[in-house]
Amino acid sequence: MTKADIVIIGGGITGTMIARALSKYDLRTVLVEKENDIADGATMANSAIVHVGYDPEDGTLKGLLNVRGARLYDTILDEMNCRYLTTGAFIAACGEEEEKHLDVLTDRADRRGIPYRILSGDEARKEEPNLSEDVTKVIDFHTTKVIYPWEVALKAAKVAVNNGVQILLGHEVTDIEKMNGKYAVHAGDEIIEASCVINAAGIMADRIASFVEEPWFTMRPRRGEYFVLDKDVHLVQHIIFPVPSEEKGKGVLAVPTVYGNTLIGPNSDYIDDREDNGTSYYGLDYVRKNMAKTLRNVPFNRSIRTFAGIRPASTSSDFIIEESKTSEGFINVASIESPGLASSPAIAEYVIGNFVSKHFDLKEKEGYDMTLPKDIVLSDMTEEERNVLIRERPEYGRIVCRCEQISEGEILDALKGPLGATTVKGVKKRCRPGMGRCQGGFCEPLVMEILSRELDKDPLDIELDGKGSYILERSNR
Amino acid sequence: MRHYQAIIIGGGSAGLSAAVTLKDRGIEDILVLEKDREPGGILEQCIHNGFGLQRFKEQLSGPAYAERYIKMAEERNVKIKLNSMVIKLTPDRKVEYVNSEEGDVTVSADAVILAVGCYERSRGAINIYGTRPSGVYTAGQAQKYLNMNGYVVGRKVFILGSGDIGLIMARRMTLEGATVVGVAELMPYSNGLPRNMKQCLEDFNIPLYLSHTVTNIFGKDRLEGIELSEVDDKRNPIKGSEKYFDVDTLLLSVGLIPENHLADEAGIEMDPVTRGPKVDENYMTSIDGIFACGNGLHVHDLVDFVSLQAERAAEGAARYLSDGKSEAGVITLRNGSNVSYTVPKYIHKDAKINTEVFFRASRPMDKASLTVSCGDRLIRKLARRKVMPSEMDRVMITAKDLKDLDGDIVISMEENA
Ligand SMILES: Cc1cc2nc3c(=O)[nH]c(=O)nc-3n(C[C@H](O)[C@H](O)[C@H](O)COP(=O)(O)OP(=O)(O)OC[C@H]3O[C@@H](n4cnc5c(N)ncnc54)[C@H](O)[C@@H]3O)c2cc1C
Ligand SMILES: Cc1cc2nc3c(=O)[nH]c(=O)nc-3n(C[C@H](O)[C@H](O)[C@H](O)COP(=O)(O)OP(=O)(O)OC[C@H]3O[C@@H](n4cnc5c(N)ncnc54)[C@H](O)[C@@H]3O)c2cc1C
Repeated sequence: MTKADIVIIGGGITGTMIARALSKYDLRTVLVEKENDIADGATMANSAIVHVGYDPEDGTLKGLLNVRGARLYDTILDEMNCRYLTTGAFIAACGEEEEKHLDVLTDRADRRGIPYRILSGDEARKEEPNLSEDVTKVIDFHTTKVIYPWEVALKAAKVAVNNGVQILLGHEVTDIEKMNGKYAVHAGDEIIEASCVINAAGIMADRIASFVEEPWFTMRPRRGEYFVLDKDVHLVQHIIFPVPSEEKGKGVLAVPTVYGNTLIGPNSDYIDDREDNGTSYYGLDYVRKNMAKTLRNVPFNRSIRTFAGIRPASTSSDFIIEESKTSEGFINVASIESPGLASSPAIAEYVIGNFVSKHFDLKEKEGYDMTLPKDIVLSDMTEEERNVLIRERPEYGRIVCRCEQISEGEILDALKGPLGATTVKGVKKRCRPGMGRCQGGFCEPLVMEILSRELDKDPLDIELDGKGSYILERSNR
Repeated sequence: MRHYQAIIIGGGSAGLSAAVTLKDRGIEDILVLEKDREPGGILEQCIHNGFGLQRFKEQLSGPAYAERYIKMAEERNVKIKLNSMVIKLTPDRKVEYVNSEEGDVTVSADAVILAVGCYERSRGAINIYGTRPSGVYTAGQAQKYLNMNGYVVGRKVFILGSGDIGLIMARRMTLEGATVVGVAELMPYSNGLPRNMKQCLEDFNIPLYLSHTVTNIFGKDRLEGIELSEVDDKRNPIKGSEKYFDVDTLLLSVGLIPENHLADEAGIEMDPVTRGPKVDENYMTSIDGIFACGNGLHVHDLVDFVSLQAERAAEGAARYLSDGKSEAGVITLRNGSNVSYTVPKYIHKDAKINTEVFFRASRPMDKASLTVSCGDRLIRKLARRKVMPSEMDRVMITAKDLKDLDGDIVISMEENA
């Protein structure tokens, strides 16, 4: 039995941001995640946008925490040296009816102190030549950012670990027992005793809650599917949104990613199986058709990948962030659908300020450090810098991935440390080999070789991602 | 900055042939840059026989074919830098590469030959729906695991696409003890060479599903099964035709695409059909002094043609180095009916050489007549039998043919009853 003060269940952006924020206090915090890696749930598959907060309605937690979250991101991204792009977000209206709706957004933005620009259709097309001729007016929320969501979650987790939080990967919570005012959390082969449990289990949040009480909410998984276009396709520079609507939510978007690809999606379909993150003909066809409303010339034949993410939505339309009324110290952070990514730093602050602080005397510990050094990324460097680096460390001169130009040195960096990658997808998440147009056709065997050598594992035991996702079946020698 | 007469990017069969030819034409100061640990390119993983029938009049394995060229290159003291990845090519022919001994180096040349090969179309590029478990590979990737690393990727295999690599892998996997339950092809005809259809599928009783495609993938961690559907004449899946196959491995052999990143970034004009650069009769691209050949120019099914075209590109480069480029206007080669592309795309009006034009038919035809024409003028008319898109065809346009031509040359195939 491990003893802790707080157990966080779930290593998505919500759990890791809470872990990061808690790590500055003198508390024993343990985060448990069922998958082999951080950020394998909704945090792995979404639109990657730090929305500025014009969309959620007044009086909601979403509204409050989105606006605050976006502001907190400014410092956090720099502190942790995360990659981001300030792309701005074009909300493109087609015709008078839709233009009216833009006023609702700008009103909200005015009240919330969110800056924007107003453009005519033609002005907007000057900046975005692929914008449809039907677009008549555009609001640009120009401070909107795009991030690499799993990088942020991973780095938040790293900061937490550096400051003493314990993270257990591959530990699924299967039961929670109440005993003399405390909780015994059964996670894989561990039982962790703590007086406070934070349920940040994403799409599984109702199941986790049901271990201690009958939850009043039920998760209602809603899937969103995307195309990823080759980075040679320079489709847009801003995120392009249609005008949001009651039934369709934010609609189908085009999002320039931090590495120069374009995401096109998502649709929004309720699904029965909450783990079914497969793509479908109907979903992607919907995306294809609806993108045409705001953009022309979308080269779907330059797609290098499709994927789907599952929104951890529930019967509640707002975020659910509350302490259980019957189980003291059990805090639900559930129904964190969009703008959950953007809100996550504020969600952490809210959880700590309103609930954790009631149970613990929050003393900052000495010497905590919220910063992380910059990753070495060869393709960001000048010729000069690369030369200095390679002279000292020749492994950065061995390029493994030709599409994304990733060196062996960068892959070795991805394997290092307590949250180092252990799977092919883990490497891909940290430094991108296989994310390019050949999708790992060339470099996957090389990545396997490096993983096997560095982790001292038989290549047959190297997995793509989750348990059982082996890549090689047997040796023929 | 070190300056060369010519730099060749890529040390596969195209790059090696080009290097050998340049040396033979007296171009001494050349450099080959190869990203891999050995020269030879994709041939190194093709351990089956079937290379060199035209070139050497013998059946060689891929590595054996490569070895011949490696030896020729060695005999001519061709300087090959291995483990050296070219990361940038500029229109003024500066080439930037990275390796661990020298770091990041920029060199320049009077002529640059792109011989960068191709990559395989992946799952994302063809939009197969479903989950994303392990167990889905491109055929070439599985071939590399097997032939280079010594690992079999699975037990029960389905193969999508009847390209040659897929067919060869069907045989290889069967011989390795795996069960290949079927090969599906979207088109109503096979995309592989006839000999591969026979030797790899028929001889092993592996069923071929023409006009079929994979419409769904199942399994969370490892592949558990696939859904196959028949397609209509517009290639859309037919509802109700779905069949389920319980397999742990899916190999994709659904097309190869020239590795065109460097060319694209340099601003070279690309052919949307081949997805490689557009070249003239000298294999020169739209940028002066930059040439292209091999699978990086257009995808070949036979290495013999790769070597042949690479030699012509090298000859073109050698002529450019001695005479500079032609200032005469160009005649454009256009794809007529039933022709999907031609290489080259342009011929200079004052061309002194005869130009062998490589092209592909866009559909199979039992009997066809091939015509080369310009406006009303018929330049050539030839009969063809058993035309297949998978087999590259060639036709000669002589220097004499070009005399007094006015307008584009059109290459067409008409089906004969
Ligand atoms: C299609 C789509 C687009 C979106 N776009 C945006 C956007 O642009 N901007 C934005 O702000 N938000 C966006 N979102 C929302 C955002 O992605 C989510 O709000 C956010 O990722 C939720 O993070 P999370 O940590 O709560 O959940 P998750 O990332 O799902 O993390 C939950 C974790 O809990 C783990 N877990 C579950 N059960 C157990 C168990 N029993 N034991 C241990 N661990 C367990 C899971 O494995 C998972 O890692 C989008 C979402 C989707 C799906
Ligand atoms: C899997 C497969 C099976 C085949 N089977 C047969 C067969 O049975 N019979 C037959 O006759 N033909 C076959 N072919 C066709 C023929 O062998 C190939 O088309 C031919 O070998 C291609 O030669 P290449 O030099 O153009 O390309 P490659 O052999 O791919 O060479 C390109 C080289 O360039 C290097 N390179 C690429 N980018 C860079 C860069 N940026 N910097 C430095 N170096 C770089 C690569 O590492 C590679 O070595 C097959 C082709 C493939 C792909």
